[in-house]
Amino acid sequence: MTALAVSETPIKPRGARGEMLFRAACFSAATLLLAALAGVVISLAIGGWPAFKAFGFGFFTSSEWNPVTEVYGAAGPIVGTLITAFLSLLVALPLALGVAVFLVEFCPRPIANPIGVAVELLAGIPSIVYGMWGLFVFAPWFAQHVQLPLVMSAEPGSWMDKLFSGVPNGANIFTASMILAIMILPYMSAVFRELFMTVPAQVREAAYGLGCTPFEVIRSVIIPYVSKGVVGVVMLGLGRALGETMAVTFIIGNAHGFPHSLFDSGSTIASTIANEFTEATGEMHTAALVALGLVLFLITFAVLAVARLLLRGQKH
Amino acid sequence: MYKKFMAAFGAAALLAGAAQAADLSGAGATFPAPVYAKWAETYKAQTGVGLNYQAIGSGGGIKQIKAKTVDFGASDKPLKYEDLLAAGLYQFPTVIGGVVPIMNLPGAKPGSIKLTGAVLADIYLGKINRWNAPQIKALNPGLPLPNLPITVVHRSDGSGTSFLFTSYLAAKSPEWAQKVGASDSVQWPTGLGGKGNDGVSAFVKQTVGSIGYVEYAYAKQNNAVYASMQNKAGKFVLPAAANFAAAATGAAWGKSAGNYVLLIDQPGANTWPITGATFILLYREQDNAAAGQGVLKFFDWAYKNGDADAAKLDYVPLPLAVKNIMRKQWATIIKSGGKPVYVSK
Repeated sequence: MTALAVSETPIKPRGARGEMLFRAACFSAATLLLAALAGVVISLAIGGWPAFKAFGFGFFTSSEWNPVTEVYGAAGPIVGTLITAFLSLLVALPLALGVAVFLVEFCPRPIANPIGVAVELLAGIPSIVYGMWGLFVFAPWFAQHVQLPLVMSAEPGSWMDKLFSGVPNGANIFTASMILAIMILPYMSAVFRELFMTVPAQVREAAYGLGCTPFEVIRSVIIPYVSKGVVGVVMLGLGRALGETMAVTFIIGNAHGFPHSLFDSGSTIASTIANEFTEATGEMHTAALVALGLVLFLITFAVLAVARLLLRGQKH
Repeated sequence: MYKKFMAAFGAAALLAGAAQAADLSGAGATFPAPVYAKWAETYKAQTGVGLNYQAIGSGGGIKQIKAKTVDFGASDKPLKYEDLLAAGLYQFPTVIGGVVPIMNLPGAKPGSIKLTGAVLADIYLGKINRWNAPQIKALNPGLPLPNLPITVVHRSDGSGTSFLFTSYLAAKSPEWAQKVGASDSVQWPTGLGGKGNDGVSAFVKQTVGSIGYVEYAYAKQNNAVYASMQNKAGKFVLPAAANFAAAATGAAWGKSAGNYVLLIDQPGANTWPITGATFILLYREQDNAAAGQGVLKFFDWAYKNGDADAAKLDYVPLPLAVKNIMRKQWATIIKSGGKPVYVSK
């Protein structure tokens, strides 16, 4: 018997304490983030409460924004935010798809990587630089070579005249959307590229083997294969476009109220906050700006939630 | 731009030095930040006392001083006397700035276009929308004014510049006062907004037939085409340092409670009508006598030695008479435990 006696003390796994600490660290990292998120939402709600209480639902429907009489309605910035975000997506989506398809399908291997890195570098440019470039370079060029010819070719009173009316200096919701498109393009094309690379080589080669042209392969095989991922990328791009601040502030013209044409100046939620927060002295003014922040948060949150929903069930 | 970069460097240098004890702290208006930074740099070299000034905007400055997180706040617009008393605060001016209408009009030279406050208000109300409107023609007989639409450009960000400008329009046009009013940011009846002086100036440069308004220093450094404005005496004057100082000399400092003085449309033959001072806010009753003394010492030093630096950065120093009024007020108003914290010699 004695020969079989084994130590009764429980065996501790190697590095048990370290594992515990590691677990705790990970747990607190995750919960800290959640707590911070909740804290932001709660403080935005508390800070914006006076505005919601004073203006009720009118806060979302009125486009009157008057710091002198302290009457605030956010409809103008909300509409401006949605228009610029969707317009930029409309432009960036085909471009990003084009970049990614070229890099994955057609581009010779030795230069595919450098081009991919260059596109990703675009994402690293600070937004204020985009704003300055937009204000000093893009807007004047656009006004002279695109906006003026369009305005001059439009017959007075026609739909073109209505669509293109506005001060011909390039500061409008359209140019702001273009700048946004350039800003979200690198993100979207980078993720598209990764997505396309997840398509197994056999699938692609089988399609070619059947005699498909490259266009048919991409349209009928690759894009359907990653379709849910595509939706996710679109939503991420949209999320970024919704919240972009400095670049838009420089170039959107910053007029409260509804934009009446494609080349009219407008404002977004983020640009309004950036413009007015530093000098907002009135209680209600601050409250209205914080309430705007909450609205933007909710819009972005809704977009990301939809993205999650669509990504669920994605195979890859 | 250069000025701003230097200011940023100055601010960075200040932050680096802020770790030392007994440094002063302030926060607020962005407009005077470059000159405060310059003063602080020289003051530190001479006395060893640093200043950590955060240019976070006038609104932020008022909030910070109310929260007592800084030794002094700074605001581009004066607070009303009753608001000052309610918060236990006192304010005094440091430097003067002016607002200048600038334009982009073929053939116009700096100062060649004459405007009055009433006409300017009608332009910003959208009622006068062509450069050859009879009201503008009447002020500028003999000048070839084109049949060009006027594009109005204003500041999009809340700013002391807009406050001065809208205060002036409100003073000269009852319709503006009633429909729009005067504030850091207002509901502009027409036009588009540029961010900061840079933004306004860029839009004006890019748009033929536009009119905007910027700080004097900015207009001067960018060689903008500015308007000459009619002042209270009925004379058309150009924006120049001496004409801003004239506005401050004529103003009723000392008589107006709490130094609530807007230098808008002041009397005097050479006075530029859109002028304003920028202010420092501090508590009348200082919890920490040494901090209050440090702040007043610094600004007394700046009053005495800072004029050259201010002028170099295109700010207009206060007239000596105004400075002396403020020095007297400090001795009687800023106290700690019933005793004045600082008496200027």
